[in-house]
Amino acid sequence: MKPISAALSRDHLAMTNTSPLLIVEGLRVAYGGIQAVRGITFHVNSGEMVALIGANGAGKTSTLKALARLLDAAGGSVRYAGKEIVGLPPHQLVGQGIALVPEGRGVFPRMSIAENLLMGAYCRSDKAEIARDVDYVYGLLPRLKERAQQLAGTLSGGEQQMLAIGRALMSRPKLLLLDEPSMGLAPIMVQKVFEVIQTVAREGMTTLLVEQNAKLALEVSSRAYVMESGEITLTDDSVKLLADPKVRAAYLGE
Amino acid sequence: MTLFESLRHNRRAAIGAMLFLGILLAVLPFTVGSMMGNSWLRILDFALLYIMLALGLNIVVGFAGLLDLGYIAFYAVGAYFYALLASPHFGLHLPVWLIIPGGAMLAGLFGIILGAPTLRLRGDYLAIVTLGFGEIVRIFMNNLNAPINITNGPQGISGIDPINMGGVTLAKPIEFVGITIPSLHAYYYLFLGLALLIVFVSIRLEDSRIGRAWVAIREDEIAAKACGINTRNIKLLAFAMGASFGGVAGGLFAGFQGFVSPESFSLMESVMVLCMVVLGGMGNIPGVILGGILLTLLPEAFRHGAGPVQMALFGKILLDPEALRMLAFGLALIVVMLYRPAGLWPSSTRRREFKGEGA
Repeated sequence: MKPISAALSRDHLAMTNTSPLLIVEGLRVAYGGIQAVRGITFHVNSGEMVALIGANGAGKTSTLKALARLLDAAGGSVRYAGKEIVGLPPHQLVGQGIALVPEGRGVFPRMSIAENLLMGAYCRSDKAEIARDVDYVYGLLPRLKERAQQLAGTLSGGEQQMLAIGRALMSRPKLLLLDEPSMGLAPIMVQKVFEVIQTVAREGMTTLLVEQNAKLALEVSSRAYVMESGEITLTDDSVKLLADPKVRAAYLGE
Repeated sequence: MTLFESLRHNRRAAIGAMLFLGILLAVLPFTVGSMMGNSWLRILDFALLYIMLALGLNIVVGFAGLLDLGYIAFYAVGAYFYALLASPHFGLHLPVWLIIPGGAMLAGLFGIILGAPTLRLRGDYLAIVTLGFGEIVRIFMNNLNAPINITNGPQGISGIDPINMGGVTLAKPIEFVGITIPSLHAYYYLFLGLALLIVFVSIRLEDSRIGRAWVAIREDEIAAKACGINTRNIKLLAFAMGASFGGVAGGLFAGFQGFVSPESFSLMESVMVLCMVVLGGMGNIPGVILGGILLTLLPEAFRHGAGPVQMALFGKILLDPEALRMLAFGLALIVVMLYRPAGLWPSSTRRREFKGEGA
């Protein structure tokens, strides 16, 4: 295994002043004999939004699932706030401040919107604070407030995605993991969902965004990693990647 | 149904309704006993046992959404536990207050034994494994008479001690402040008391953190994990809780019946209990109770009524009442599922969902 310093210098950590909240080193994920993620190394600094982009099957979601401990890593290390989290059971991560917004609108369809939000605070017991956070989420997503008692399954796809984000925020995370928030949504809803994500990020939430829609992801994030067949092939500031001719050709359809 | 919901908001009406229901349940065995005879009293006692079973299965199927086709195995575990520890078979005669809780715990342990290997399974796959589990338990009961005779095989265990509480046996009429309570009545009150306890526990569980976690797992397991729910433990807890209710019912069954054999724990029984849950209204406690009552009483009514009605109409029995009973039962299931897919008395959420209403 490479020493941390080497890994970080490769990610030009020197350029940023803030400390990394999440350091992933040599992470590997395998399904049976097939390696989906082949030893990738990256980090997310406190307060920044980092995007992980790439084509279908590049290993982005597998990476995120391994971070959220929904999948077992085949190797490597994941250090969050200075602690190794590779061996932890998934339910403990929420208590540590990592919240995942699962791929494909993972809401509880037969619970009301209000109940969905309260499930996000499942690990908390501070009732007054939870109520305040519910108000905060409703402030962020006014459309949900109007329909607080409606069943989540009756919302449109975009609204469900927003609810899933709101529910993740209810655990008061320090690190938000977003898995393909644009997936299967109408373009207008994608815009709205990304506005919400940007608002949350601007308020200082550390976010790792996994996204197939490279253009949008690069527009909202500060740095990005490009994944190809299980490996990180390119990394830079998002603005530079947006201008990079190679990226433009491969991912932005130009 | 709306009446029931309005009671939640009106305290006085709720107390009145509870009082009325209490008196009704208290005098029920005397009215049924004098008007319809002892066979119907026995059916009433069985209805209470089935309510306990249905409420137990409701935790697994209704709350946690884990399809279990072998639930009757836990009933069998409770029943055999009682039979082995309170019968001449081993010459053991342990007191009821030890055996019933012990049977509940053992059944709960069996629930975990079933749950642990099936944690990753859902839907059809889980149904097949649980079906196999139910059959394994039954076949064990059938064959554990050699080399050491534990269960007495297909002959079953007879001469089981009747339930005996504080020196008072429920097998004989009990003199109580000048009133004579016949045996079947006494069993009724005991079963009613335990059924009410199970109803109470179910209601408390539904409103608890654990209950919400079960529903979350039923709705979306990955999202449940993402909310920080320990899905493994919570699922095992559902299996254990559901199974322990079955174990209590099983112990009561053994003491009541005085005889257990593997025949009583066939796949058909599991299916019947599942039908009670689904037909009544999955996940809704009053619905499940209704399902338990209807599916115990109606087939019996058919069994007792089909013959005489045919005799009166046609002067002879055209169709065997037993065959007719299954036919009517199947038809009733199809009709209910077509016209009330969420069950006869669904929870308000499910009713909304099936009607496709918003708020």
